[in-house]
Amino acid sequence: MFENDTIIETRHLNIYYGDFKAVTDVELKIPAKRITAIIGPSGCGKSTLLRAFNRMNELIPGSHIDGEIIFEGKNLYDRDVDPVEVRYRIGMVFQRPNPFPKSIYENVAWAARIHGYKGSLDELVESTLKKAALWDEVKDILKQSALSLSGGQQQRLCVARALAIQPEVILMDEPASALDPIATLKIEELMQSLKENYTIVIVTHNMQQAARASDYTAMMMLTDGTRSGTVIEFDETNKIFTRPRDKRTEDYVTGRFG
Amino acid sequence: MKFNSIDPKNSFADNLSARTRSGKTWQLMFLLATIVAIITLTLLMINIINSVFGYAIIDSKVDPATLAVDGISIEEQSKEQLVELLRANLSKGAFNKMENEKSFTDRSWSEVLSVVEERLLKFDVLKTWNLWDSLFKRTDVTQEYTAILEENPNAQLKFISWLTWERVVRPQSSEPLTAGIRTAILGSLWTIVITIIFAFPIGVGAAVYLEEYAGKNWVNRVIQTNINNLAGVPSIIYGILGLAIFVRTLEPLTSGSLLGFVDPTTANGRTVLSAGLTLGLLVLPLIIINSQEAIRSVPQSLRHAGYGLGATKWQITWAHVLPNALPGILTGTILAISRAIGETAPLVVVGASTAISFDPTSPFSKFTTLPIQIYQWTARPQPEWQHLAGAAILVLLVLLLSLNAAAIIARNKLSRKF
Repeated sequence: MFENDTIIETRHLNIYYGDFKAVTDVELKIPAKRITAIIGPSGCGKSTLLRAFNRMNELIPGSHIDGEIIFEGKNLYDRDVDPVEVRYRIGMVFQRPNPFPKSIYENVAWAARIHGYKGSLDELVESTLKKAALWDEVKDILKQSALSLSGGQQQRLCVARALAIQPEVILMDEPASALDPIATLKIEELMQSLKENYTIVIVTHNMQQAARASDYTAMMMLTDGTRSGTVIEFDETNKIFTRPRDKRTEDYVTGRFG
Repeated sequence: MKFNSIDPKNSFADNLSARTRSGKTWQLMFLLATIVAIITLTLLMINIINSVFGYAIIDSKVDPATLAVDGISIEEQSKEQLVELLRANLSKGAFNKMENEKSFTDRSWSEVLSVVEERLLKFDVLKTWNLWDSLFKRTDVTQEYTAILEENPNAQLKFISWLTWERVVRPQSSEPLTAGIRTAILGSLWTIVITIIFAFPIGVGAAVYLEEYAGKNWVNRVIQTNINNLAGVPSIIYGILGLAIFVRTLEPLTSGSLLGFVDPTTANGRTVLSAGLTLGLLVLPLIIINSQEAIRSVPQSLRHAGYGLGATKWQITWAHVLPNALPGILTGTILAISRAIGETAPLVVVGASTAISFDPTSPFSKFTTLPIQIYQWTARPQPEWQHLAGAAILVLLVLLLSLNAAAIIARNKLSRKF
């Protein structure tokens, strides 16, 4: 479908919560070092699909999958794969900013320390905060509580926190939905600067955001007559928004639906 | 338009004044409840203080001046001089008996002085009054004094405080005038330290397991229900449990003999260690439940943040969950420990000694605690012991409040980080 640089590939992926099938038969090839957006109406399983990529769904009792998620040639759900290792390689930023109630410095340094980072933590914190475009704002208050920052700054700190352990993929679950438009714009700019080195998968409700910020877009929708969601169309973002192949996608992105 | 047809004047009852009135009535009720509570506490304090101060008629069989050596009164003599005084004035048998109980070289000066007062001066309390009678029935007091003076020419009328610093630092004794509460204070402190060392780590550990690790299956539900019920079991039941486990079954351990600890004052496992462990069992469910509550209140988003960074469950628990739950855990522990300090019944069953005059020096010592001492003194028929019990209650209250204050300060220091 695209150039041969797929980093995550799902094969016949079904995701369940207990007996309830939340996501049905997803076939998706996430391209490396690009921004991929997952859009769709509420309750169609966007976040569920995203959380399956780093096995965060497992924290919910009763959830399980069948099918495969191949990351760099290896099925993430193989028996010999440790979910802790998966989450170390595939980082996550959540809907609501959730910095640790510790200092700004400690928020960035903690994950590096527990993963046994051997270099200088001071340098790591500085370079990571620069990557997250937060350094100039916080360089004088590194010892202050992260909770003293504004919501937008907190969310960028959460991005920095994820960057500190050098993941290959960053999953973002509606990272800007709790933020004002200016803070949202900063997050989008940050995503653009990060895609040189990282693969980003973002779930968003905001179609303008998907259109502005992403290279590829996956459209999810409930399959007819069920409460189970699936990917109905996946393509380059400008094609999804200008020449969608599926009628339901067209209705959704043009605002005639949902 | 149907909406406009609703007439607010007719569709809703005009009940604002009734609502305001019922609000005011409830407010008054709550105020009354608070006032009742405060009055009860005040009466309690007045009652205690009433018994701690007052007039007493004290007789001594021997005039203290006759015991002075070279014009130096006994309060100013050294320990060695006091011991010589005892050797000279007591029978050899009585002196050796005391020497065997605890060698005089091991006894402190105040301990020796109290022996002198008790055995040689033989002070005797003939009559006591409480504070109220002392202040408002002076004529009764003086009348009674003159009556007594005819038979006992040495008798003195004194306004005394039954609670003095002297009494706090003196050991237990069988004479009300020389009896102190140091033994009981030290016993309480030893016991509570062992309780904390035993119950805090186990309680917090169990809470972490139940909240963070245990799955939601029926076994864990049964365990949880049992813990909740254990918190309501009468404390004397724990005493019986402690007697069976710590005093009887684990006797070699709790008496210290397993560790080669041979102390002539230990008695079959009825030691500080047994008492501390029994109280530990008693407060364990309280600490577990309170810690669980505190751990549960740590937001789930913090745990997810940790998982998203590839942290293990233990790393998240240690670095984020426990620090954020700590203030709550400590509050629960403070409450539990306060309860343990005031417990009497289980310690009676475990075998607290009622009359020991030697300080506990190790976990394997015999022990008494403040509540035991108070219980024991109030049970005696002579009125002077009631005054002493009042003094001990005041000391217990002060001890309790200062331990709580220390714990609260420590908690606030810990939780003020962010």
